[in-house]
Amino acid sequence: MDRWRIRGGARQAVEAAGAETTLTVQGSRSRSEGWKSLAFIALLLFSVLIGLALLVTLIIDALVEGSSRLNLDLLTNFPSGVPERAGLQSAIFGTLWVIGGMIVTMLPVGTGAAIYLEEFANPDRWYNRLLEVNIQNLAAVPSIVFGILGLGLIVRGPLSLGSVAYAGSLTLTLMVLPTVILASREAIRSVPPSLRQGSMALGATRWQTIWHHVLPNAIPGIATGTILAVSRAIGETAPLLLVGATVFVTFNPDGPLSEGYTTLPVQIFNWVQRPQDEFRVLAAAGIIVLLVVLLAMNSFAIWLRNRYQRPM
Amino acid sequence: MSDGSMEVPVSEPAARPSAGVQPAGAGPRQEATGRAAGAARDTDVVMRTEDVTVTYDGIPALRDITIDIHRNRITAFIGASGCGKSTLLRCFNRMNDLIPTAEVRGSVLYHGEDLYQPGVDPVEVRRHIGMVFQKPNPFPKSIYDNVAFGPKVLHMKVDMDEVVERSLRQAALWDEAKDRLKDNALGLSGGQQQRLCIARALATSPDVLLMDEPCSALDPIATGRIEDLMVALREQYTIVIVTHNMQQATRVSDMTAFITVELDEHDNRTGTIIEYEETGRLFSQPADPRTEEYVTGRIG
Repeated sequence: MDRWRIRGGARQAVEAAGAETTLTVQGSRSRSEGWKSLAFIALLLFSVLIGLALLVTLIIDALVEGSSRLNLDLLTNFPSGVPERAGLQSAIFGTLWVIGGMIVTMLPVGTGAAIYLEEFANPDRWYNRLLEVNIQNLAAVPSIVFGILGLGLIVRGPLSLGSVAYAGSLTLTLMVLPTVILASREAIRSVPPSLRQGSMALGATRWQTIWHHVLPNAIPGIATGTILAVSRAIGETAPLLLVGATVFVTFNPDGPLSEGYTTLPVQIFNWVQRPQDEFRVLAAAGIIVLLVVLLAMNSFAIWLRNRYQRPM
Repeated sequence: MSDGSMEVPVSEPAARPSAGVQPAGAGPRQEATGRAAGAARDTDVVMRTEDVTVTYDGIPALRDITIDIHRNRITAFIGASGCGKSTLLRCFNRMNDLIPTAEVRGSVLYHGEDLYQPGVDPVEVRRHIGMVFQKPNPFPKSIYDNVAFGPKVLHMKVDMDEVVERSLRQAALWDEAKDRLKDNALGLSGGQQQRLCIARALATSPDVLLMDEPCSALDPIATGRIEDLMVALREQYTIVIVTHNMQQATRVSDMTAFITVELDEHDNRTGTIIEYEETGRLFSQPADPRTEEYVTGRIG
């Protein structure tokens, strides 16, 4: 007791009632606790600010440098050797085709794999454990490796699709699939088991239960996974260069199987490499366009998620 | 009491080939189990378990359960937590199938037909034997869709509006819900949610209703309403209820089975039925000292 009183600086309260002494001691202790939590919050805030500051710097830098070229011509013109006439139209359409094709491929495959692993797979079986470890490891494979795989498997080799936009979609699908599967599994797992039991007890089959209850309630989580996947894929350059995205395309792709396409990051990459300063300005403007396209796609996914988000 | 005037629900489930009237007769065709006693002998046996043993991961949780469930009666399973009464209840509609480690041995007869024989579709079983869970688990959909879900997935050719109204009326929820059928069911109170779950189970016109501690998450007033409902539903349905509330068993049930955990020869704690009697007699003159200890509150 004495030690506490002295530490609490409450010598004058020694003779006072016990309750008062305790209060003084606790007062000094909670003061040091208060400092600790303040320091903790400051640390957290600092971490947030670092990420935010980097992003803001990037945007401001790109805006300042590219603002002179941020106009309608940038969106409507095709690539050109003359910087004043160069634009992004074919790259924007190429990105939409490649990413759109990726989304429609990755969603059924990723959700299907997640449903299998969560609802049907017996985790005691060795092959299911192997699958699981594999998927987790695939998430860490560098994207260039997926580009090589896409080249050997999709563009040439067994599928031999050629350098079409959909080959890019498939390559990116392979790359983001682990992310989508992991996020979808998490979402499916978070659907309360009581819903499944209630449905099964009414005589619904396993498939009906998944279709009517598990999937609708997992959509918000699956949408989050999709956002992550799209955000990663939309900025990819390396694998697309390998599977045939060309850097100078003066026409829009007319479908997923059209030969000859380019995407925004590929076009930006091309401009950054050029010696003329004007192309660097173009690249900065292109980055802004890429960010806007990404934001638009993610806003749509977020809107979708909120629409399906229901109280559980 | 049920005087044999069995009201047929609006749309009775299609009779199974062997689920006619005759096999259910508790007469000489089926040997007396010796467990069910008293007046219950006179009524039809809807369900019967024979030497049912349930194991989880090979460890028995229930062993050698033989019990008859009588038509238009409320049968209560009482016993301490973890004695296996819910596990037993889940044998009746094969809900234990959903637990990968669970294994059921023995036979569970429904109108004389073994539910666990090969070729029986558990989905078909659950259509005839409905279930209400401990915690109200309405779907996060509208009240209407909750009730309509069962008939919809079973592809029952019925007038859905009619089925929803009948089910909600049977569950004594119609007056409260009729103006908000399109509202999300999660906006209902706990007691209303549980009555909705009962309505949902009744919508498929089951024969038997299993209730797994249906009132344990409810306040006394909501509990009273559910109990009144059970007594009313007894006219048309056969009800099996698991409860850890002995007062509830005495208030609503006709028959009571006392289940307790015993150590078997391998030192496994397994549940067995100690006594199965008419409720009044089980509570007033228990035959087994273990039952007496439990119902008088000395253990459990």
